[in-house]
Amino acid sequence: MAKIQNLKELRALKNKIKDTTELREKGSNIENLVQIKVSMATCGIAAGAREIMNFFIEGAKKRNLDNVVVTQTGCMGYCYAEPTVEVSLPGQPPAVYGYVDKEKVEEILDKHVMGGNLVDGVIPEAYKTIHD
Amino acid sequence: MAEKITVMVCAGTGCKSSESAQIVENFRKEIRERDLGEEVRVIESGCFGFCEQGPIVKIAPDNTFYVKVAPEDVPELVEEHCIKGRQVTRLLYVDPETREHVADSKHMDFYKKQLRVALRNCGFIDPESIDEYISRDGYQALGQILEGMSPKEVIDEVKLAGLRGRGGGGFPTGLKWEFAYKNEADQKYVICNADEGDPGAFMDRSILEGDPHSVVEAMAIAGYAIGASEGKVYIRAEYPLAVQRLTKAIEDARGYGLLGDNILGSDFNFDIDIRYGAGAFVCGEEMALIHSMEGERGEPTTKPPFPAEAGFWGKPTIVNNVETLANVPVIFLKGANWFNKIGTEKSKGTKVFALAGKVNNVGLVEVPMGITLREVIFDIGGGIRNGKKFKAVQTGGPSGGCLTEKHLDTPIDYDTLLAAGSMMGSGGMIVLDEDDCMPAVAKFYLDFTVEESCGKCTPCRVGTKRLSALLGKVCDGKATMDDLDRLKELGMVIKDTALCGLGMTAPNPVLSTLEHFWDEYVAHVVEHRCPAGKCKNLVRYVIDPEKCVGCTACARVCPVDAISGKVKEAHVIDAEKCIKCGACMDACKFAAISKK
Repeated sequence: MAKIQNLKELRALKNKIKDTTELREKGSNIENLVQIKVSMATCGIAAGAREIMNFFIEGAKKRNLDNVVVTQTGCMGYCYAEPTVEVSLPGQPPAVYGYVDKEKVEEILDKHVMGGNLVDGVIPEAYKTIHD
Repeated sequence: MAEKITVMVCAGTGCKSSESAQIVENFRKEIRERDLGEEVRVIESGCFGFCEQGPIVKIAPDNTFYVKVAPEDVPELVEEHCIKGRQVTRLLYVDPETREHVADSKHMDFYKKQLRVALRNCGFIDPESIDEYISRDGYQALGQILEGMSPKEVIDEVKLAGLRGRGGGGFPTGLKWEFAYKNEADQKYVICNADEGDPGAFMDRSILEGDPHSVVEAMAIAGYAIGASEGKVYIRAEYPLAVQRLTKAIEDARGYGLLGDNILGSDFNFDIDIRYGAGAFVCGEEMALIHSMEGERGEPTTKPPFPAEAGFWGKPTIVNNVETLANVPVIFLKGANWFNKIGTEKSKGTKVFALAGKVNNVGLVEVPMGITLREVIFDIGGGIRNGKKFKAVQTGGPSGGCLTEKHLDTPIDYDTLLAAGSMMGSGGMIVLDEDDCMPAVAKFYLDFTVEESCGKCTPCRVGTKRLSALLGKVCDGKATMDDLDRLKELGMVIKDTALCGLGMTAPNPVLSTLEHFWDEYVAHVVEHRCPAGKCKNLVRYVIDPEKCVGCTACARVCPVDAISGKVKEAHVIDAEKCIKCGACMDACKFAAISKK
């Protein structure tokens, strides 16, 4: 364990290790963040949802997007269109994308998350839930 | 694979005693077997506070709060939640009113009104990782102070924040520091009082178990402010987990150079060591604590001199409680003007209460000062168990008193509680319902003080013993009205003449119950009746001949053969033989037996 010499080094250390508690920090503030939910049903996982989730996490990190949190969710019902992800910006209705691949991840991050514009591939909302 | 999920398992003493260690082990095993090590991080966190629902497992970032988790539930949690993204509904908290499952703790009544300042990291970070503390701005307050503030400015900031001692007395912390700062000496000491002794209070233990670095950092700040290079933590040896985590915290802080010589490149030197107490209640009193640390008997001495003038080894010393210290770094991170916006005019900030007794949600809660008792007991605490009626709440432990229904809407702070005849104390809150007998409750606390009195001064040594004996007479139905006057008079004398806080406050439980529950005392004395049905010698079990069908169930369970009667005929209890164990009442299926 190297000694910390001054406040600057302490702050540098904090920035270096902030990833360790990042998921928890985001969790406690989740309603103010961009939430990307990846559907992790059996069909989703078989279609590569786990890799897609990784692309989102790494893509967000690469772009220094501190306000993005990637979570998992159960089957959304669009088994024909897996992998599916739901993207919701704070205060806006969520949009569900189907047939998501690596290129789509980049596009969603660049245009939807950063630019606020929907991109191609949105599955129209076809049902209501008891919460509607 | 990137990290996707953090699983926090409560590793406080409460949850650990219901197998949370096994839960952690099962998570680690399951994650290893499924090769999820890179994606899922498992940490042992401090106390979440909702002890009633423990063991608790919280999963981030989707903030799912699982309650009453058993080690066997772990494979399902990993399979369903961590892999398939589905919540395991059966382990979610059920709102007692709506009967709906609530996944996020933010939407639970227990958490809605809480504001966690002292407990900010409890149940969030891994208390054994200094890095996690640093990632939450840990040691930044110390760093900022060493880089740009004079000791005087530090003290002024604490004074401006209005922080008062959380251990009981409520003395302004900044003033205490200022006294010690002004007294010049070659050595001064910062002492952390972790001798939490009130029955039912466990906030200091939880802070040391859940966020030990906050106390270490605050002690260093205090040391810089008053000019001390040595800190001591006086902790009871009955808190092994807190001791273990604190020891690790001190070692890790030394490793990073956050304790030791030339901290963060400054010329400030400070180090901490731990002193163990044997759990004597009186050693929570600062002078007794200091004597105990010096190897003397843990007895208080008259003040002045105050510790700030002549404390540990006769040197200027400040003694601060754990919870008080845990607030200190926040004052510097957020500013005194942030802190003093919380709370009431004279009591700033928050207070942690240990909610216990006949309340639905037992646990640790931190609320802004000025909240009402009703909000704490009914909104956060979820009301009284089994739909019984609220009777009183005991605050301040053996030194405090009882508050009743008429105090439910009083805003809680140091001064309002004192005015109501109780005190903040360290924050134990024991809720009593209609089945609790107030003279018996007073006797319980008195017996505690009798046991814990150090015996140095007569009012406390003999006086509390006599008080207890008089209360015994009341509970046995043998007291007279004169005895009640004597209780009051003796109580006042002890209050005025005892040497230290322990003795001076010992009669409080008696005096406050006499004041608020006079009728109950009178019922014991005049009618020889215990309205709550608690005092054994005053209770009589009777069988209602109308309801009794003569099933003989009661006669069969009676351990002293006090019940007689023929089959299919009404039975009778022989009051002479009856030992009032209540077994017959439990056995009767026809509700024919009652207490009179």
